Amino acid sequence: MNKNLRYLTGPFSKENPVIVQILGICSALAVTVQLKPAVVMALSVAVVTGFSSLIMSVLRKGVPSRIRIIVQLVVIATMVILVDQFLKAFVYDVSKQLSVYVGLIITNCIVMGRVEAFALANKPWASFLDGVGNGFGYGIILVITAFVRELTGSGTLYGYRIIPESWYEHGYANNGLMLFPPMALIIVGCIIWAHRSWNKELQEK
Amino acid sequence: MDKLRNIVDKIKPTFSKGGRFGWLSQSFDAFETFLFVPNTTTKHGAHIRDCIDMKRTISIVIMALVPALLFGVYNTGVQVGLTGWAAWWCGIKEIVPMIVVSYVVGLGIEFAAAQIRGHEVNEGFLATGLLIPMVMPVGTPLWMIALGTAFAVIFGKEVFGGTGMNVFNPALLARAFVFFAYTPMISGEKVWFASDAVSGATALEQLAQTGAMQYSTWDAFLGFIPGCVGETSKLAILLGAVVLLFTGVASWRTMLMVFVGGLSMGYLFEGVGVTAYPAWEHLLVGGFAFGAVFMATDPVTAAQTDVGKYIVGFLTGALAVMIRVVNPAYPEGMMLAILFMNALAPLVDYCVVQRNVSRRMKLARK
Repeated sequence: MNKNLRYLTGPFSKENPVIVQILGICSALAVTVQLKPAVVMALSVAVVTGFSSLIMSVLRKGVPSRIRIIVQLVVIATMVILVDQFLKAFVYDVSKQLSVYVGLIITNCIVMGRVEAFALANKPWASFLDGVGNGFGYGIILVITAFVRELTGSGTLYGYRIIPESWYEHGYANNGLMLFPPMALIIVGCIIWAHRSWNKELQEK
Repeated sequence: MDKLRNIVDKIKPTFSKGGRFGWLSQSFDAFETFLFVPNTTTKHGAHIRDCIDMKRTISIVIMALVPALLFGVYNTGVQVGLTGWAAWWCGIKEIVPMIVVSYVVGLGIEFAAAQIRGHEVNEGFLATGLLIPMVMPVGTPLWMIALGTAFAVIFGKEVFGGTGMNVFNPALLARAFVFFAYTPMISGEKVWFASDAVSGATALEQLAQTGAMQYSTWDAFLGFIPGCVGETSKLAILLGAVVLLFTGVASWRTMLMVFVGGLSMGYLFEGVGVTAYPAWEHLLVGGFAFGAVFMATDPVTAAQTDVGKYIVGFLTGALAVMIRVVNPAYPEGMMLAILFMNALAPLVDYCVVQRNVSRRMKLARK
């Protein structure tokens, strides 16, 4: 159990898919303008990675390795479509905001990477935890980035106004640069900087 | 002078390794060399291949900036309708805080970074810190200048390893940060005058919108037009250019080719019929001349090879005019052109060097 727990929590920090393995950067830049889509995206990715890993782990002995990629794609695509339909049914406005990026979870390197690297060689429960852990590891970075971008770029958090109107009257202005994807890249870079200063063993020689 | 030397010598052991304030040795060293020319000059300079050390080079750049700065101070007052001493005073009140903020924030970060890394404090920021307020419009809120400066020094310079290692011109990076973060203030359409909350169209915006500017050519040349602090007077910039070229601090190749590039692009647009005003007006309005003289020639970020300087210089000028004319969003294009060519300069240099290598290889094989 202890070992299984490590599969879940490892990707939160030292094996983080975004800031250590540098995977899934594109969507991290695209959906982090505001906090709400980022949270929804993080949950969606966690669900997709978790269940794709679970299903592929169950199927791992029956699938010939020559056709495993196409089988993985079918499984992942199914999960993505399910999530997409779910979002459209229950949180339509967020789904519209995320637009193609939900569908593009299928191309997120984290999903296929975990299935290939982990689920095909491990038992279902461990694979599921690993998938969910990586999804949340990705989500943590998304939420931190979106927090900074929404607060400084729009003055709101999760749609609620945080910076009071009176500040604007005194000359405060929203930072428009934060709404551009390049700034998200710089924020992710700063997170990596802080993270590696903290975990010295991760620093490249 | 001897008295000062004695004081410095007396407190030096305290600030050297092993002394009580030994951890401040880098900061102390910076002040000492600022006061006195050190006996040792740079032997393998980061980028400047000359017998004078970097402090003197930077001093020359600052000297070259002084005419444009003084005129900018005076013009700030003139733009709100003042003359004589009242205009000077108005300008000083507006611009001195901008310079102070830029220096305090930038040098603060530089000293901290040098202290943490145990490097010498580099003089590069002395020029950058003066350039930053000069590429901002008067009335830009001081906290925006502080943010832009901090961004430029941390992400433009320290991340790459400090002075001499930066890919982009730090002063322009500060402007770019403010430009994209707080676009309405600085995009070249409007500038604030010193009397607050009044803004007017710049000559650039008039050209872009109506195809003619309301200011006379002579005013644009002398600089009695609204704009960023340092960019308005072409005469003062010309004086600075003479100083830079005479001392050899800036490359005449880059400078010349920026103007050639801008003019040829301007005449191309005029010949095709895209623009109705004469092409040389591009050189008189906005930041074209300032960028060509002080920014594009920055020895760190410009091309290093002679052929590369011609190519990069030409493309910078051409691109600046192209952005001005073709891009509907921003009437000013000089900053973006220089930053873009900063990024391409190493590639151009690489191609030039490789071409030379392959040519000589061919000769050797014969």
